[in-house]
Amino acid sequence: MTQPATPARREGPQPLLDGGGTGPGPGPGSGKSASGDGGAWRGRIFRADVRTLSLIGVLAALALIGGLTQPDAFLAAGNLQLVLTQASVIGVVTVGMTFVITSGGIDLSVGAIVALASVWATTVATQEYGFAGVLFTAVIVGVGCGLVNGLLIAYGGMVPFIATLAMLASARGLALQITEGKTQMVTIPSVLDLGERDAYLLGVPPLVLVFAAVTVIGWLLLNRTTFGRRTVAVGGNAEAARLAGIDVRRQRLYLYLLSGLCCGIAAFLLIVLSGSGQNTNGNLYELDAIAAAIIGGTLLSGGRGTITGSVLGVLIFTTITNIFALNNLESATQQIAKGAIIVAAVLVQRRTTSTP
Amino acid sequence: MAPEPSLPEPSPPDPERPLLTMSGITKSFPGVRALDGVDLEVRAGEVHCLLGQNGAGKSTLIKVLAGAHQPDDGRITWRGDTVTLKSPIAAMRLGIATIYQELDLVEGLSVAENVFLGHEPTAAGFVVRGREARQSAAGLLRRLGHPEIDPARAVGELSAAQQQIVSMARALSHDVRLIVMDEPSAALDPDEVANLFRIVADLTAEGVAVVYISHRLEEIRRIGDRVTVLKDGRAVVGGLPAKSTPTREVVALMTGRNVEYVFPERPVQLPVGEALLTVRGLARTGEFAPVDLEVRPGEIVGLAGLVGSGRSEILETIYGARKPDSGQVLVDGRPLRTGSVRAAVRAGLGLAPEERKAQALLMLESITRNVSVSSMSRFSHGGWLDRGAEFTAARRATRELSLKPDRPAAPVRTLSGGNQQKAVLARWLLRGCRVLLLDEPTRGVDVGARAELYAVIRRLADDGLGVLLVSSEVPEVLGLADRVLVLREGRVVHTAPARELDEHRVLDLVMEGSPAS
Repeated sequence: MTQPATPARREGPQPLLDGGGTGPGPGPGSGKSASGDGGAWRGRIFRADVRTLSLIGVLAALALIGGLTQPDAFLAAGNLQLVLTQASVIGVVTVGMTFVITSGGIDLSVGAIVALASVWATTVATQEYGFAGVLFTAVIVGVGCGLVNGLLIAYGGMVPFIATLAMLASARGLALQITEGKTQMVTIPSVLDLGERDAYLLGVPPLVLVFAAVTVIGWLLLNRTTFGRRTVAVGGNAEAARLAGIDVRRQRLYLYLLSGLCCGIAAFLLIVLSGSGQNTNGNLYELDAIAAAIIGGTLLSGGRGTITGSVLGVLIFTTITNIFALNNLESATQQIAKGAIIVAAVLVQRRTTSTP
Repeated sequence: MAPEPSLPEPSPPDPERPLLTMSGITKSFPGVRALDGVDLEVRAGEVHCLLGQNGAGKSTLIKVLAGAHQPDDGRITWRGDTVTLKSPIAAMRLGIATIYQELDLVEGLSVAENVFLGHEPTAAGFVVRGREARQSAAGLLRRLGHPEIDPARAVGELSAAQQQIVSMARALSHDVRLIVMDEPSAALDPDEVANLFRIVADLTAEGVAVVYISHRLEEIRRIGDRVTVLKDGRAVVGGLPAKSTPTREVVALMTGRNVEYVFPERPVQLPVGEALLTVRGLARTGEFAPVDLEVRPGEIVGLAGLVGSGRSEILETIYGARKPDSGQVLVDGRPLRTGSVRAAVRAGLGLAPEERKAQALLMLESITRNVSVSSMSRFSHGGWLDRGAEFTAARRATRELSLKPDRPAAPVRTLSGGNQQKAVLARWLLRGCRVLLLDEPTRGVDVGARAELYAVIRRLADDGLGVLLVSSEVPEVLGLADRVLVLREGRVVHTAPARELDEHRVLDLVMEGSPAS
């Protein structure tokens, strides 16, 4: 797992301490100000930490369960690589989804975009252009779908739920039309090789590296750039953001573009992983991604988002799947467990998140 | 359904015995005290008018009365018994019905279904007797003078006036003794208002009390019995006779000060020099007639007028949040693209809007981020934020305005109203804005913190900013501004240096030609 600093740190009581050397050090004023209603905001830092820590705790508990029930199989290096690889595809999608939800929106079309991008990038015609052709097509199809979503929502005034629901239906339909329901096998060796053990870097599969890179970039984008700030502002109070001089519509457009881009990248990862493109790819990814973001601590109503939480949410879900598979338990039980975790996580957050 | 059918019922109604007494009602929200020990006494069969400017506490008070808000302190007595209104249902059971300004009807349901929502006539406990409901609803609508409304129609298809009648029918479907009407005439044309008054008269003849909220003073004179005026969360006067009190006295109570504020000294001479902000012939149909004004560096220009005079609309149109039908806004002599907030901000305008929480602040975010949100490009290189520089600059701005507490990382929602306003001002100070548009800058600010805010605003002007100020409190405009424009019904009726005006003169100008003056 990547180790970006937790989002809690940016709320530190004296941001100068980790804010780089430009400003003067915390003067004597900072010290004496730690009184009065300080409890309120100190509590918030505490809560943010508790959220991240509790997710790590859940992950550790799951690892313990896995290790106890299947000591040999679960802890094998190969299994760890498998879990992380499986988490990569949905993880990349979830990073994009986290941005959209933080801005107060929703993207229901991610699974369908992954499917469409994966089949468009694996047609016989595309594969003639080799590795670059496949990668390029997957990304462009993803961004293109995101562009349509973004234009409809930001400039067409459509509700995100409806616009992306329409995209879900159309993209799936188009994917089916392209494949006619057949699996399109990848014939390009360099693409297939990426999924092979030989391509692992120090034991880390390339797909996991991509996931890690997307996570780090996503975290930096959300927490360290004006783009991230605008995203949070639009989600927290769109009217206030508009009156503060932020171009809310353009920001919304960019956000759905970003989600589409993530879907394109995820589609490429899926092509590498499965060695094929299918119109059934990415089934219900939208629900998995939303669930992971929500249990991670991103507010569905917008205004607060955490990439760290989202990634932990993805890892939790993937680990559950893995443990159940290793123990030969039915997928029915597994789904019930996932549902229970979502409910538990949201209940815990409601207790720890005070509404203003 | 009849509340407390026991003891007090048979005794003859005593007109002087209050039906409802609220005493010492206090209610605070984070950052502001909305009600500060309000008393209200309502008698059976009277029309009791509740008056006050925006933000005076009227909505909070009627929500307490409707059981939607729980008071922090105070006592409510209903027909001689102390009661707690734990929920809207509890209030309704006692016979208190509220008709809100934003009607709370379900548009997809029929008229009859809306009227009996929550207490439908049923068979076997759960089967709704539709025909019976429709018949009863038709009876109520007849009583309200609107037999033409079909009880089977969907509420969404009705006009606003008809929806209001449905809302009233819903109130009457309970055994109601007190009806609260929140600006019932706002959406009605004169004929419909006449019908509304007839209904109110019928109700009071039956002994029902009506608490009537309106901004239209002439209405209050026509149907009101007594008046309570709220200001800054306090009842400045209770139970004033509605018909014999001069309108001007009522207005003075609403717009006047109940504390002597210390206003900062004005510069000895009116600022001269090239206008920073010039507005030429700006107009929006139905909101305000062509407006011309100028603001010079160092000058505070005030817009005085009652609710509905177009004050806020003018400010928001200058800022680009509304698109004008005609006219121009110039900053430093250069015309702005109208209807674009971004163009206005880039040219150096900054707005502190009336609804601070809804329109200005990111309530989940820290002070720093609320201050820096309009200047992010200054602290970024290719989109990458220099958070150290951001923090330092934001803190410099908040310190300049003595924002308390001096903890830039504290969430803005933990601040008091006055300090939240300072955060908004710091945002524009940091941005380097040239003209500040202030819409009700002391709304929701505790009375004690206002003088400090006035001093801050004057200091910003002394530093060369132009300030355009809107306030519903006449003394605030007169005390703070250098020059005052008086508005009436969307028109500028008078312009003068503030020191040449006094409260009486402004009130005369504001009310001139209105039927009740």
